[in-house]
Amino acid sequence: MLAEAVTLETKLSARNVHMTFTRDGKSTPVLNDVNVDVAKGEFLCIVGPSGCGKSTLLSAIGGFLAPTGGEVRIDGETVRGPDPRRIFVFQERGLFPWLTVEGNIEFGLFKLPKAERLSRIAHYIKMVGLAGFEKAYPAELSGGMKQRLEVARALAVKPDMLLLDEPFGALDSITRLIMRGELLRIWREERNTVIFVTHDIDEAVQLADRVAVMSGRPANIQKIVKIDIAHPRDISSPRYLELRNGILEQLGLAHQI
Amino acid sequence: MSALAQPRKWEQVFWPLLAAALLLLLWNYSVVWTKTKVFPSPLAVERGIAELLGKGLMWAYIGDSLRRVALGFCAAAILGIPLGLTLGWYPRVNQVVNPVLQILRPISPIAWIPVAILMFGVGELTPVFLIFLAALFPIVLSCVSGVSNVPAIYRRAGRNFGLTAPGLLARVVFPAALPQILVGLRIALGIAWLVMVAAEMIAVDSGLGYLVIDARNSGKRYDLVVAAMLTIGLIGLALDLGFRRLRDIRSVRWGFRDES
Repeated sequence: MLAEAVTLETKLSARNVHMTFTRDGKSTPVLNDVNVDVAKGEFLCIVGPSGCGKSTLLSAIGGFLAPTGGEVRIDGETVRGPDPRRIFVFQERGLFPWLTVEGNIEFGLFKLPKAERLSRIAHYIKMVGLAGFEKAYPAELSGGMKQRLEVARALAVKPDMLLLDEPFGALDSITRLIMRGELLRIWREERNTVIFVTHDIDEAVQLADRVAVMSGRPANIQKIVKIDIAHPRDISSPRYLELRNGILEQLGLAHQI
Repeated sequence: MSALAQPRKWEQVFWPLLAAALLLLLWNYSVVWTKTKVFPSPLAVERGIAELLGKGLMWAYIGDSLRRVALGFCAAAILGIPLGLTLGWYPRVNQVVNPVLQILRPISPIAWIPVAILMFGVGELTPVFLIFLAALFPIVLSCVSGVSNVPAIYRRAGRNFGLTAPGLLARVVFPAALPQILVGLRIALGIAWLVMVAAEMIAVDSGLGYLVIDARNSGKRYDLVVAAMLTIGLIGLALDLGFRRLRDIRSVRWGFRDES
């Protein structure tokens, strides 16, 4: 599996990443020797028990947290801080409520000439299906629309990587299904490298090229599962169920309730 | 409040008007029944207002009071907003300065009167300075808390899109804190209007505060005292209602969702 990732162009590699939080003199190890490679244009999902450090790992990749050991390299360069080339997408909460839909998308485009800004805004509003809502404020949008807006704002700066932290966690289950389809469509169009953190194993198996399964805290990556099913995926196919059950088993969860 | 419990439009106007009318009646009959010679009836106050308007004093005094409040309030905003934003942005500076602010804040601007006269003499600047002092603290403190309450996620998103400190302050922190800053400005304006009365009782010889003290001192004209009081109340209400309108601006309305 790793061999295959290496033959493709490696976008990101995390080497021996350790993260220990110290608070009131007490240190809590959160990440313990995380190693993972992500190929350019790959869609990687990270799953794991809640509180295991998935988001911490994503924050380290985004440059918001410096690892206490090891390093994260992107395009061969060590990550030292946040960068517009890799945009972090939150659960819709990162939108600026004082800006309109247009204003939010324009936010990261301040270095571009006006004409380019306008054409990007128009392009991404159309791509995420928010045409007609250009002048609306986030408070006037539904949860799914806000989430699409946040993705559009991220894509508008043409990042090479999207880092998504449980982006659909706050949505209802129907909207969540629709959003997964939308994200795949957009990803096929843009071909960014995507790292997607979720606690939803089905979501991971539906979306990802590979799924990284993390252990409980202090976490490392227990296993990387390649999802060798072509899109669109049949979620009742034996292979889908087999992969899903394999991941459940890896996490030590039963198949029955 | 649910939509069902919302009173109808005419009721929103009718009941407050009725309450005001009843209060006027109560006032009137209290004066009649107690046979007071000192306290004026509503009609006497109305004649007093007419007299002041006729002499051209009323508009001149209103203008003077509004000018002083505007000067003091604007000076407080011009100094207080950048100061508050800075203190909120640098928590370490705030830790140093905050104790001093907290000691100065509970001192009534009235207590500053002797010092103000010492510094600015008898004249226009003294009441303006007192109004400025009164307005300064609510503005600074609302900016400090506005900035420190900006969700970390907004700053993080701002940094992610490549903003450095000045851009982050101007494009993320300030707009995110603006609703709370507006609340502070509104409180400050209310206090400035309150303090104006006391401030004009000393050092100047015009304005609504001067009118209150002058009408009492020169011939116990309580009709004019009450006329000035009512005028102060009505203008204060108008200022507050006007300021409230600012939150209908679309880029700050998100910050006032849960208030009526």
